[in-house]
Formats: sequence, C-alpha cells, structure tokens
Amino acid sequence: MTSQHDYAAAAARDATNPDREALLAELARVLPAAALLSATEDLKPYECDGLTAYSALPWAVALPQNDAQVVAVLKVCYARQVPVVARGAGTGLSGGATPVVQGVVLSLAKFMRILEIDPLARLARVQPGVRNLAISEAVAPHGLYYAPDPSSQIACTIGGNVAENSGGVHCLKYGLTLHNVVRLRVALMNGEVIEVGSHALDDPGYDLLALLIGSEGMLGVVLEATVKLTPTPRTAQVVMASFDSVVDAGDAVAAIIAAGIIPAGLEMMDKLATAAVEDFVHAGYDLTAAAILLAESDGTAEEVAEEIAAMSVLLEKNGARNLRISQSEAERLKYWAGRKAAFPAVGRITPDYMCMDGTIPRKHVAHVLTRIAELSAEFHLRCANVFHAGDGNLHPLIMFDARNPGETERAIAFGAKILELSVDVGGTITGEHGVGIEKVRQMCVQFSREELDKFHAVKAAFDPLTLLNPGKAVPYPRHCSEYRLIGSAR
Amino acid sequence: MSDAIEEFRSRILERKPLRLKGGGSKDFYGGPLQGELLDTRSHSGIVGYEPSELVITARGGTPLAEIESALAARRQCIACEPPRFGAATIGGAIVGGATIGGAVAAGLSGPRRATAGSLRDFVLGVTLMDGEGRELIFGGQVMKNVAGFDVSRLITGSLGTLGLILDVSLKVMPLPAAEATLRFELPQDQALDTMNRWAGQPVPLAATCWQGDVLTLRLCGAQAAITAACKSLGGELVAEPEAAGFWTALREQTAQFFAGPDTHGPLWRLSLPSVTPPLDLPAPQLIEWGGAQRWLRGAVDVASLREMAAKAGGHATLFRGGDKAGGVFSPLPPSLMEVHRRLKQSFDPYGVFNPGRLYPEL
Repeated sequence: MTSQHDYAAAAARDATNPDREALLAELARVLPAAALLSATEDLKPYECDGLTAYSALPWAVALPQNDAQVVAVLKVCYARQVPVVARGAGTGLSGGATPVVQGVVLSLAKFMRILEIDPLARLARVQPGVRNLAISEAVAPHGLYYAPDPSSQIACTIGGNVAENSGGVHCLKYGLTLHNVVRLRVALMNGEVIEVGSHALDDPGYDLLALLIGSEGMLGVVLEATVKLTPTPRTAQVVMASFDSVVDAGDAVAAIIAAGIIPAGLEMMDKLATAAVEDFVHAGYDLTAAAILLAESDGTAEEVAEEIAAMSVLLEKNGARNLRISQSEAERLKYWAGRKAAFPAVGRITPDYMCMDGTIPRKHVAHVLTRIAELSAEFHLRCANVFHAGDGNLHPLIMFDARNPGETERAIAFGAKILELSVDVGGTITGEHGVGIEKVRQMCVQFSREELDKFHAVKAAFDPLTLLNPGKAVPYPRHCSEYRLIGSAR
Repeated sequence: MSDAIEEFRSRILERKPLRLKGGGSKDFYGGPLQGELLDTRSHSGIVGYEPSELVITARGGTPLAEIESALAARRQCIACEPPRFGAATIGGAIVGGATIGGAVAAGLSGPRRATAGSLRDFVLGVTLMDGEGRELIFGGQVMKNVAGFDVSRLITGSLGTLGLILDVSLKVMPLPAAEATLRFELPQDQALDTMNRWAGQPVPLAATCWQGDVLTLRLCGAQAAITAACKSLGGELVAEPEAAGFWTALREQTAQFFAGPDTHGPLWRLSLPSVTPPLDLPAPQLIEWGGAQRWLRGAVDVASLREMAAKAGGHATLFRGGDKAGGVFSPLPPSLMEVHRRLKQSFDPYGVFNPGRLYPEL
C-alpha cells in the first residue's frame, strides 16, 4: 500500500529521473500530445483499478488511438525495458491493472468501435475498449446478444474481459469469456502483432487463444476481438426461493443439477447480502431468510414453463418456503437488479470492502459458509456472501474501515484464510476476478513450485523479458517463502 | 504412487523420443508416428464422478466408451461427442476405441460441436507429466478457475507434444431430455444459408449434416421445445433407431462417405467460417457444424486447397490417408511458430513427446 506521503516523495524523485525523461521524450515522438499523460495530477486517476487497497503511480499513461500507436509505444518500452500495464475500464477487482512504478500504463480506452456485426455468422468484431453491454445493445436488433454478463457489464470492456476470462450470472449455461471469444489480434511486447483463433471453429497448432484469455494482460495486448453472439431466448422467468438454512439451499442447488436441469442462472445470497441489497434496490427480497436462491429458466414459453415447474418442486422438496415466480419481464429484472447490485449495495453499508472470488465444489458450500462465519467472528469483521451457486463461485464481501489502524491488514488476512479454505476443499482461489496482485501469494498455496515455474515459462514464450504486467498473477519463489513464513507465524 | 506412473517417468527420463498411444484409434491422424511406443492404458480408471457437481475425473488411459457409459447411467454426457473410433462392446466389456487421454490430446469433437462447444470447452483440468518427469496439475475440478494460465486447454489438441496426460477432469452435461431428427432436400447453397439462419434463432438446434442435396438436422432439448421446433421448421421426421444410427455413423466416421475404400482418395477436413459460400472443388463434400466443418473426399491439389481455405478465413487438414509429405496441418506464420517452439521447449526440453506429430519443428 502506498500512502499519499510516499507518492509525493516518489513523484519528486522521479521528476528528475533521466530514464523517465528520455522515455517521455521518445513516447512524445510516437503519440499525439493529448495521448500522453505524465503530470502527477493526470496520472492519479490511473493509480489503481477496482481493487483500491493497492495503488502505485506510473511514470506515464499512454492513450493510443490506433494499432500503430500501440505498437510504437510497445516498441519504445521494449527497447528501453520499461514495464507496460494494459488497462481497459479499470473495473478489475484483483489489481490486474495496478500500475508498475517506473512503468507505463497503456490505456485502450480510445478503442471504442464496434467494427463489424455479422448477424448470419453470429459474430461481432470489436475493439478492446468496447463495453461488454454495448455489444449486446448493438446486436439486439438482430435477436442476438453477447452472453457473458459480469456485474460490471455497464462499464467493463471486452479487452478487460479477455484478460480476466470474465463470467457473470449466466455462465453455467452460456460459458465464460473463453467460450464466447473466437479470435484475437494481439500485440506482443516486442511490437509484433499476431492473430490467434479465427472465424472458423478451430485452428491448427496449440490453443493459444485459451492461454491468452484469462492471462491478465501478461502475454499480449488485445487490439481486436471477435466475439460469438447468442440468439436471445424468446422468454425468461426467475423463481426466487427463501431458505431457513444455507445447508438446505445448497441441497436444493444439487437437486436441481442432479435432475438434469441447467438453469440459465442460479444464484444464492446470504442474509447479510440480502439485507444490504434490499435496502438499496427494494427488490422485495425476504429479509427473514438465511439464504435466498434465484433460479432462472430461459427458452421458449413451453420450455420455461416446464423447467420452472420442475425447479419449483425440487426447491420445495428441499425446504424452500415462500416461492415467488416472476410474472413479468419487469419483475424478473427487479429480482436480478438486486443480485447484480450486491457489490455496490454492500459498499453502502461499509466504508471499505474486499471481494473474494474462490470457486469450490458445490457440495462444500454449507461447510465453507459456516467456516466463513466463524472466521468473521474471529477477525471481528462482517462478511456478506453472494454465490454463483450453479458453478460454485463464491463471493464473500469482507467489510472493513481502512481508517481504523490495522483493520485493512485484518481484512487481507481474513481474505487469505478464505482463499486457503477454497483450496482446501478442492477449489481454486479465483473463479473469475483473476489473481492480479491481490491473490498472488495465495497462488503458492494452490500450485507447486514446479507448476509456477511452468507459468513463468508460458509467460516467457510470449514475453521473454517479462515486461508486460510484471509481478502479477504468478508469484516468484520469494513471494512463496515469505508467505509460508507469515503463515507459520500466525 | 502407481506403478504405471513410475514406469512412465522412467521411460521419459531416458530422454529418447516416445510415441504416446492410448487406444491407437487415431494413429492415422497427424504427422508420422515416431519414437518408441508408450502405451497409456496401464493408467486407467474413473477417479471421481459426482453427477450433481457436473464433473468427472478419469485417468488418461481410460476408454472413452467406459466414461460415457458411466455418464449415461446417470443420464449425463460429454456434450461435444468426441469420436471413439472403433470402440466395441464384446461380452459386456468395452474393447478398443479411443481413451480419454487420446481424445483430449487430439482435441476432436463430434456432431454437436457447433452448438454444444468443443472438447476444449469442457476440459476443466489435467494432470500432466512433462518432459522432465514432473507431475503437474493445471486447472481443477471446478467450473470457473482463472488461477494461472489455462494450461489444461493448451494441452487439449496439442497431439501429445507437450506432455503425457495422466488425469483429465471434464465438465459433463445432462443428456438431452428429448431429441428429434429432421430431413430436408436442399442444394448446398440453400442448406448453408438455412443452417446459419436457424443457428441465429432460439431453436434447439444440436447438429447439422449436409450431403448429396440432403440436409439432416438434429434437435436436442426439452420435449416442449422439440415439439414446437418440429412444427415450425417442417421437413421430414426421421424415425428411431435410424436417426441415432445416422449421427453415430457421422461421429465415428463409419458412414459411407468416410468408410469407402482408399481408392476414394484421402479425407480432407476444412475448418471454415460457417457462412463460407459453397467451395468449387472437384471432390464430394460432406458438411457439418452448420457449415464450419467440411469434409472432402478425393485427391486435390494441396497448395490450392490450403490457399482456398486460408482465403475463406480457415484451414485445411489432411485428416486421413494421402501423402503427408505436403504437411498434415496448415502451416503457421513464423511469429506464431516461434511461440509454439518456446512452449514446446519449456514443456519438453529433450524432445521426448510425439516428435513431428503436430509439426515437423515441434
């Protein structure tokens, strides 16, 4: 964490750094004046992404307007061995876009054009700075949409979605970014431009597309993406169920899946999350329930009626009370509005919060939620839980107040415990938010030294000098030995 | 530690080229078979399967047919229907055919690929033994996992050139509640247009096949949706068991188009954007995946075929038979090949695994 005081000192020191001066002069030759930021007050908005607990001031921010400028910036930085951090909308939650001190932030914010929509092929070719929701809006007249819908979809960009392999509340049925992006044009750190994937369904050679998606901006800079479009279902309905225990809610989820139903969405919220959300959006949630489930069905009217009826039976059989089925599109959206606003809603009831992102085998949800409640008491910090129940992706929201001495550190330690718990039950430390800098140490819990070495080798295959978003996602041996020391001291 | 794994390790540590083989059902596929044989089938068996988690984990040498029969018993499936090529049940036991390790290494998908996703889409994790005999776990048994680079999907389709697949975890899906097969008489251009238009509508389209002016459609989904789609799409309903037999013969390439004698010439696979107009080629074609996979049977000029595919935005693979000297897979641009070389070097520094099976350079 960098305080204001550190900034002032660093900025003063850097202002006269000859390497910085030389870099800025070279960047100024390849970028229009308005596309290069270097004054401290201009750099400030880029000091962090959605993970505000970590921040750093870069040497410069580049805002190129075309491919040639991106390539030119990369070449300048490559030649001078200056680190580069690519950035979309900055909504990431793991610090993937946190600047590197003495590095350049490469903002793709000006790449906002949808280049081509091919309704017959069900593909859209877009620039990386296009917002997730803007794609669905643009293709709606064709009866199509872009399926992945992270909660931040109003603001987050497709380039960022590619970097994080973003999901959303419908990905059990419709997949993640990985399943919905078919082609990328990517600039490597040395300025070389490669094409991976295609408008066909596969390509010769290794699946580099799978490596690039979710690579947290460490392998290349996305210049263009082709995304797959999905036919908009004729209709959708959601059933909302209240449970007196999270165990029953977990059992109900398992029963629905075991019955051969893949709901379009299947979400759980615990009592604290429900209360925060209800206060914010007035969606009519049951405030007395220990957990509520939202189960959505989409398809033809007949299909939806059949599936909603089947799910209702299974929910009731597993202890649900107070079933409510959306009777209109407005009501359906209202039920979802609460879930989608869970993060900002929690933000209203606490000065600061941290969002965890472990994925667990679904059968362990009751155990994990119980253990989180115990940890919450232990660390004296409240924690609300929202859960992509269909795919086991859990988002505990740890509430804290950074103004209280030691509380941020306590929140981070609490978060670390939750991530370790996710790994213990056979899951992963991150389902969709990425490792970034936030969870880089917990990578040591999930992976062996040899596996981490392989990740470094994969990075080196694309970026041999380790200049693109260095220090993120994959820890070095020293991170792991430090982490083990902290662990044993606790 | 199992004996099989120890044996694999000691073979790998000899640092001599190995030819990895499961059921050998895809020996025809890819570049020349080089190196000493390493049979993976001693490492076999389903390790974990919990239907309500939608995940199955199996050892690499497990027959695909064994996995699918375990899934079917719980009304689940591998939705992309990877080919089993030659599996048979004799006296209740499964004999021959693909293993799951081989299926993942080849990365091939079957008739439902265009709508259900590819095998790579269903891979959740692999345990790999690299060229230095290290056991490495990538991915896992959960649906969403972005910790570390997605190496398990890099391995999928790498034709065993990056390591030996010890375990695989796959996402499984429910078997469709209902199915129907419809047939239409349509020339190729109209069939291509129809397949693409219907794929853009909310109908439960699962698979398509066009050959000899006949378009065959498969619908999978809820009974209500199938009934409604049959009514709205029209066509002639194909009865069971003929319909199931048709799709199985397509998946396993036992259909006449594929199975004919070698005198019919080599089998080419064209992977193209689905909207590519009919290709003017002097050989019979069979089209799948809504227009995105086109099979071609006969002798053609390799260079012009590859050029035609590339121009359309796709690629051409010499799938079965023919002269492999002209390259099995479309060549890669130098910048991509360089990344491939570096990846190969880091996973297999001594060139042990399936040398030349994917590209001569790897």
